[in-house]
Amino acid sequence: MATPVLRWCCLGRRCVFAGIGGGSRRGRGVPTGSTSSEKRGQSSVAQQPLITAQKPRKGEREWAAVVGLEIHAQIASNSKLFSGSQVDFAAPPNSLVSFFDASLPGTLPVLNRRCVEAAVMTGLALDCHINRRSLFDRKHYFYADLPAGYQITQQRLPIAVNGRLAYSICVGKRRSQMVTRTAGVKQIQLEQDSGKSLHDSLRSQTLIDLNRAGVGLLEVVLEPDMSCGEEAAAAVRELQLILQALGTSQANMAEGQLRVDANISVHHPGEPLGIRTEVKNLNSARFLAKAIDCEIQRQISELENGGKILNETRSFDYKLGCTVPMRDKEGKQDYRFMPEPNLPPLLLYDSRSLPIGTDPQQVIDIDRIRERLPELPRVTREKLVQQYGMLPEHSFALLNEVGLLEFFQNVIKETRAEPKKVTSWVLNTLLGFLKQQNLAVSESPVTPSALAELLDLLDRKAISSSAAKQVFEELWRSKGKTPAQMVAEKKLELMQDAEALEQLCRSTLEAHPQVVTDVKKGNPRAINKLIGLVRRATLGRADPTAIKEVLERQLSS
Amino acid sequence: MLGRTLREVSAALKQGQVTPTELCQRCLSLIKKTKFLNAYITVSEEVALKQAAESEKRYKKGHSLGDLDGIPVAVKDNFSTAGIETTCASNMLKGYVPPYNATVVQKLLDQGALLMGKTNLDEFAMGSGSTDGIFGPVKNPWSYSKQYREKRKQKSHGENEDSNWLITGGSSGGSAAAVSAFTCFAALGSDTGGSTRNPAAHCGVVGLKPSYGLVSRHGLIPLVNSMDVPGILTRCVDDAAIVLGILAGHDPKDSTTIQDPVKPFALPTLTDVSKLCIGIPKEYLTPELSSEVQSLWSKAANLFESEGAKVIEVSLPHTSYSIVCYHVLCTSEVASNMARFDGLEYGHRCDIDVSTEAMYAATRREGFNDVVRGRILSGNFFLLKENYENYFVKAQKVRRLIARDFVNVFNSGVDVLLTPTTLSEAIPHTEFIREDNRTRSAQDDLFTQAVNMAGLPAVSVPMALSSQGLPVGLQFIGRAFCDQQLLTVAKWFEKRVQFPVIQLQELMDDCSSIFENEKLASVSLK
Repeated sequence: MATPVLRWCCLGRRCVFAGIGGGSRRGRGVPTGSTSSEKRGQSSVAQQPLITAQKPRKGEREWAAVVGLEIHAQIASNSKLFSGSQVDFAAPPNSLVSFFDASLPGTLPVLNRRCVEAAVMTGLALDCHINRRSLFDRKHYFYADLPAGYQITQQRLPIAVNGRLAYSICVGKRRSQMVTRTAGVKQIQLEQDSGKSLHDSLRSQTLIDLNRAGVGLLEVVLEPDMSCGEEAAAAVRELQLILQALGTSQANMAEGQLRVDANISVHHPGEPLGIRTEVKNLNSARFLAKAIDCEIQRQISELENGGKILNETRSFDYKLGCTVPMRDKEGKQDYRFMPEPNLPPLLLYDSRSLPIGTDPQQVIDIDRIRERLPELPRVTREKLVQQYGMLPEHSFALLNEVGLLEFFQNVIKETRAEPKKVTSWVLNTLLGFLKQQNLAVSESPVTPSALAELLDLLDRKAISSSAAKQVFEELWRSKGKTPAQMVAEKKLELMQDAEALEQLCRSTLEAHPQVVTDVKKGNPRAINKLIGLVRRATLGRADPTAIKEVLERQLSS
Repeated sequence: MLGRTLREVSAALKQGQVTPTELCQRCLSLIKKTKFLNAYITVSEEVALKQAAESEKRYKKGHSLGDLDGIPVAVKDNFSTAGIETTCASNMLKGYVPPYNATVVQKLLDQGALLMGKTNLDEFAMGSGSTDGIFGPVKNPWSYSKQYREKRKQKSHGENEDSNWLITGGSSGGSAAAVSAFTCFAALGSDTGGSTRNPAAHCGVVGLKPSYGLVSRHGLIPLVNSMDVPGILTRCVDDAAIVLGILAGHDPKDSTTIQDPVKPFALPTLTDVSKLCIGIPKEYLTPELSSEVQSLWSKAANLFESEGAKVIEVSLPHTSYSIVCYHVLCTSEVASNMARFDGLEYGHRCDIDVSTEAMYAATRREGFNDVVRGRILSGNFFLLKENYENYFVKAQKVRRLIARDFVNVFNSGVDVLLTPTTLSEAIPHTEFIREDNRTRSAQDDLFTQAVNMAGLPAVSVPMALSSQGLPVGLQFIGRAFCDQQLLTVAKWFEKRVQFPVIQLQELMDDCSSIFENEKLASVSLK
């Protein structure tokens, strides 16, 4: 990172969390900034780590940052939240617009059952309390891509409240240790998406596409329990995995299905929270952490230079690498909230409260949705750790790539190789190749079966691991051949002839008396040199352990 | 034929005494003759004649669609009609042709009704006179009735008669005038604070405001969503019941309609009222009430009592807060509902294109009249964060108290409340415009408005002519969703009072051929 780092730092490997177990714990439920007058919930387990990358110099004080998130996830649904229009990311402009979406006078909203179920399911997955009764409100503002002049949302009484999102980040010197943290979920609310404005500055006109207008969104509000970009990014990533596992949102950030706003403030530990800013539209996974850290950095610099933080809305300019005030949201907005009069309260039931004789099509039974909850990523990872003795970070890595876990499981099914070996091959070799060529798991030229066969060969000691790497490369390049064929073609089988190996070892010792002397003097590294020499002589087809055995025997005789 | 009730003309159609096309043409001709009433904004002549031809085919084949097949109807111009301009009497929607039918309009058409046209109103239904729309005021047909003219001659002060025409009341004045002047047999109005009942009373027709949630609002361009109800204007209570039977019921497009199935119903003829309990709310006896209306109200109460009904004085203690509370709730919803009129998707758009905001501002300034803009301004004030609790939330609480007043009264055993509909009979336009729209609305909604707060059904039934020869209507208020019971009582009352038929012969001299050999008055409308 080229940005000048003051004493604050939470980027990359320099992130230090000093607050754990320390005296500066604060409960969650603390607003991100002093402009918020809302009183939030009870205290909980989340910690407020202090960021003290370097020891403060004399007379200088530490800074702590507080980050809360508002995440908008487009609900995976065939139709919009209040109309029958289709939802399709790639449709031609204004081709998916119902009379209601265009706010034709006299049209009324009709709530989409699927969207409600998605909200309930997401709420359950995030340990939320599901409100049996929730309300819809109108939030007013004039904007060209908001046809009705208001958005229908759930401001007063949302569908789900008081949940938690557990996520993990890497800590420790080598960042090899996973630590689980928790962010409170303040609420989940259903609301409408807006349309899109396309500004044509050349002709100084704005074009409106209403395809997205009225698409159902889940707004997930995370309590200000995070303290840096990395934590925020990890929380968002975990939420994304959960939504995808549930199927309630495709949560693809590149397609705008997951959009993040962050509330950020900084303060000195032990002092009241600072003024917060809101950084809007953090719509790229790549820039999320960076944008938040830049804003924290900016606020600290501002305050240290005697400046003030304004309660304002900013956006991240990824070209400049910093946040800038948003011009169009200048001035105080009063959304003039009002109950939506055309939608009666949304009532949900559970198996106990379900009125007898009701048409199941007309009501939503929370318990039935609970039964249908799929396995959550956290559980999947725990199972991987338990079942295969996998390191937690490996279980994270497996889930992080779409289709990678399935690939892994298919390999496991077909091979006799150790799970650890499989994990290593999938995460290092396969993933490395995929990343290098920017391919999705589904696009891998090497199939799970081929990798399984290759690992079997390795397991049987039919080939050495370096030969296996070579085979993998060949498989990657030329589809259609089996690993066995490849091994036969390239003559990569491991040397099984013990006599020949004895012979090779002996001649190697004879050819390098100096190294032999080193070994005898007690230099432990010398033996490795010899092993390397023998391996080279076998063209990598001998097992290093076998070589070592023979060498040691010959040296000691 | 045109003077008959819907039920009678429906029977005549079935018996082949008249064909739908003949009926349609007669109405169209009368609409032209009475054009000066300004009851219609749009006359959908072609559509109506085409519908009539189709209806005629059905009658010839012997399978008509029902009571409404071939019946000319009119629809207030704040209901969306596919392919027919829908203006709300506002510049904002001038030229707006909706692509869809309101559910109630669709239901009428599905029954074979002939849509004669779209009727005049106050801009966006904001008013109580039908005087504040861009197409000008609606004139009350009674201004030209023999009954009224004769009375005026008696005390003639040499005033210019033509400049002294009467208002219809509103905001559904066009629909009331259309039914009153025989240009159609039923009309749709809308009722948010009395907009159907008020002009019904002034025009001597029946005006029904059904229970909130019984009839779909989909396609009704809203004033106050939580109070709006499509209203029905007809010449007699039975007709209102027929139309209600067709319109009522759940609409998947309006989530506030009740789920329970509603069946069309015929009103029973009540012979015995001794088991009825009629409540007379004492708060409705206000100083502003004209003595004539007050005495007719007492007379009506006595009528019930003399026939054996129990008539008791009841109290609706929060009535006096209704108007101010309505003002807050109405303007707030108006501010919200009107936000969509920005000139982008439909409707008026100004020529200014410096910026989107400038375009919005000019479009809305040009598109809305002072009344609409005034309500938007107050509504936005009440919804401001710092005012919301003090105004909107308080008004909602008061609204609940008002609704509870009614519940308490009905729980105490009262079946139906009997009240005046308006303070007085219709007044001349020149007199009406001495006060501004806000004052008038506050005065004129006095007896009708609380009903909307509570979502109850209510109907205004013409009772008698005043000393000036003008109609006076009384209002019956029923329990929520007991619309049928309410109408049954209203029907009994209607039969007893024998309200006189409007005599428009002079006005229609030219159309004498239409009325030739016809008794203008029908049996129930002598």
